[in-house]
Amino acid sequence: MKVLVLMKQVPDTETRIKIRPDAQGIVEDGIKWVINPYDEFAIEEALRIREKFSGEVVIVSLGPKRVEEAVRQSLAMGADRAVIVESEQMLEPYLVVQALAKVVQDEGYDLILTGKQAVDDDSAQVGPMLAARLELPQASIVIKLDIDEGAKKLRVERELEGATEVVELPFPAVITAQRGLNEPRYPTLPNIMKAKKKEVKRIPLASLNLNLPPRVRLIQLTPPPERPEPTVLTGDSAETAKKLAELLHEQAKVI
Amino acid sequence: MSNGVLVIFDQNQGQVRHVVPEILTVARELGVGAVTALTFGVRASETLETLGEYGAAQAVIWEHEPFTRYSSDGFADAIVELVPQVDPSVILFPASAWGKDLSPRVAELLGAGLVTDCLSLRTDANQRVIATRPIYAGKALAEVAVETPIQMFSMRPNINKAISHPVKPQVLDWTPSIGENSFRSVVVEVRQAESGTKEVTEADIVVSGGRGLKAPENFALLDQLAEVLGAAVGSSRPVADDGWVPHSYHIGQTGKVVSPTVYFAIGISGAIQHLAGISGSKYIVAINSDPEAPIFKVANYGVVGDLFQVVPALTEEIRKIKANS
Ligand SMILES: Cc1cc2nc3c(=O)[nH]c(=O)nc-3n(C[C@H](O)[C@H](O)[C@H](O)COP(=O)(O)OP(=O)(O)OC[C@H]3O[C@@H](n4cnc5c(N)ncnc54)[C@H](O)[C@@H]3O)c2cc1C
Ligand SMILES: Nc1ncnc2c1ncn2[C@@H]1O[C@H](COP(=O)(O)O)[C@@H](O)[C@H]1O
Repeated sequence: MKVLVLMKQVPDTETRIKIRPDAQGIVEDGIKWVINPYDEFAIEEALRIREKFSGEVVIVSLGPKRVEEAVRQSLAMGADRAVIVESEQMLEPYLVVQALAKVVQDEGYDLILTGKQAVDDDSAQVGPMLAARLELPQASIVIKLDIDEGAKKLRVERELEGATEVVELPFPAVITAQRGLNEPRYPTLPNIMKAKKKEVKRIPLASLNLNLPPRVRLIQLTPPPERPEPTVLTGDSAETAKKLAELLHEQAKVI
Repeated sequence: MSNGVLVIFDQNQGQVRHVVPEILTVARELGVGAVTALTFGVRASETLETLGEYGAAQAVIWEHEPFTRYSSDGFADAIVELVPQVDPSVILFPASAWGKDLSPRVAELLGAGLVTDCLSLRTDANQRVIATRPIYAGKALAEVAVETPIQMFSMRPNINKAISHPVKPQVLDWTPSIGENSFRSVVVEVRQAESGTKEVTEADIVVSGGRGLKAPENFALLDQLAEVLGAAVGSSRPVADDGWVPHSYHIGQTGKVVSPTVYFAIGISGAIQHLAGISGSKYIVAINSDPEAPIFKVANYGVVGDLFQVVPALTEEIRKIKANS
């Protein structure tokens, strides 16, 4: 089975975000870049599928030079090889999909795994949108994935608000990974060494001849509204509890 | 020229989520034409009353096979067939797990731009929509516009107010044809969470606990507080990871994002990834023994104290207030 995993490099979740003076992006200096956390679940699942059904796991990533590091980490987790679409700019999900659709069509696949969402743009679009673009069935926000013995059918569980949904779909398909799907492995030292020698193919974005107009326009980024100064109560527990209840009832009027 | 708003959502046995009246209100207040509601599934027609109450002038209801079981590709294909019949300039979805699955698929098939998880929408002088959405887990807000003729958005629950505006919806009796290569991904089973557990993303008040609770059985303290408040119970990630509470409780950047009126953070330090999930709360109340805990930086009200003493006392005080009002 050939599994492609789409992996995006994103700022570490600890990052403090500073908006650029032109309000069109963030200041990237000093950011620590990591594999998108949801993509780690996708990579782990792909490796488990390979362990069971043999085959190949290929990482596909679009981004600037720095993504090489996250790609090497993905290879150190155990992926076989990688394709990087070199793009200096961050693209909106629709353009990422058009670019990656071409690449994955050339690659060939039985299954495509993505993260449920990238924790930078928080779009949660690329997986289902790519599925539509490739005319494949999809299941998103997946917390459990089973493949039947003959590797003909997928049975997955999706996490909904207040319910779990079981979905069946045929191969080839697109699945987006949610936390809970598995526990991603850490790269071992020998695997980190091996990863340095694994094949990474580079495709300049321009060579894909996309030239498509964007569909979404960013007007500006703004910081979130400031939260008001807190009222902090200290002292005897019974008294502070009483005072808090009063404040919630009389001042905030929420109880 | 296209106009009007098509609102697409799921329903369960005639019941809709809170987000549906919220989106219908947003749709109407855009002022770009009549609102059409589209829903599916067993007993879907029982939602008509709610749709009318919140101003849907027209309703499309697919109650028959194969629409009794959700299918991302099947439903997307059917919607794409319906869209020219309604000819909307705006399409809205809930930013729920359901809407997040379906809306990008529909957007790609329609060739329309989509903005997900919006907090609010407004129209500019040209009747085009401008959306505000959080990015970087709420550490910044983005104002965005869609450049395609059809503008698509999904709306985060619990942010916009539902305002009643009763009308009598016309039912549009139009059925899509079902292609052969459709309905490939199909729901075969839905397991509802235990009855009685309130969903954190929809609750008006959320009582949330972290490692400061020390042991799983101590969540009973939060259950009691939640009960007097009519609140849902949530948690930080480590306690869900350790199995003290179900995974569905986990709030934060990698868990659920909540926007209640009041969020109680009890024995939660306020790590940046946790704050990412709660920044949309109107009031944040922190109870923590460490006066330096970062949660106090975002709280409206804070109590520095031992939760094992403060929480039972607070539960009692609130019980008294409720009894007297
Ligand atoms: C990629 C990534 C994603 C993450 N995503 C999330 C996420 O989505 N959600 C999330 O929550 N975390 C997330 N985390 C983890 C996060 O960094 C913190 O580790 C976590 O939020 C801490 O949980 P906590 O506040 O319960 O525990 P702690 O940080 O240990 O805090 C416990 C608090 O309880 C207080 N306390 C102790 N005893 C008492 C008492 N008797 N009375 C009152 N207070 C008491 C302490 O003072 C302390 O402030 C993520 C981490 C990473 C790396
Ligand atoms: N630039 C990219 N390169 C590779 N994969 C991506 C890229 N952008 C998004 N993805 C994949 O799509 C998922 C969802 O991203 P998004 O729609 O941006 O939230 C991510 O978890 C990745 O798996």
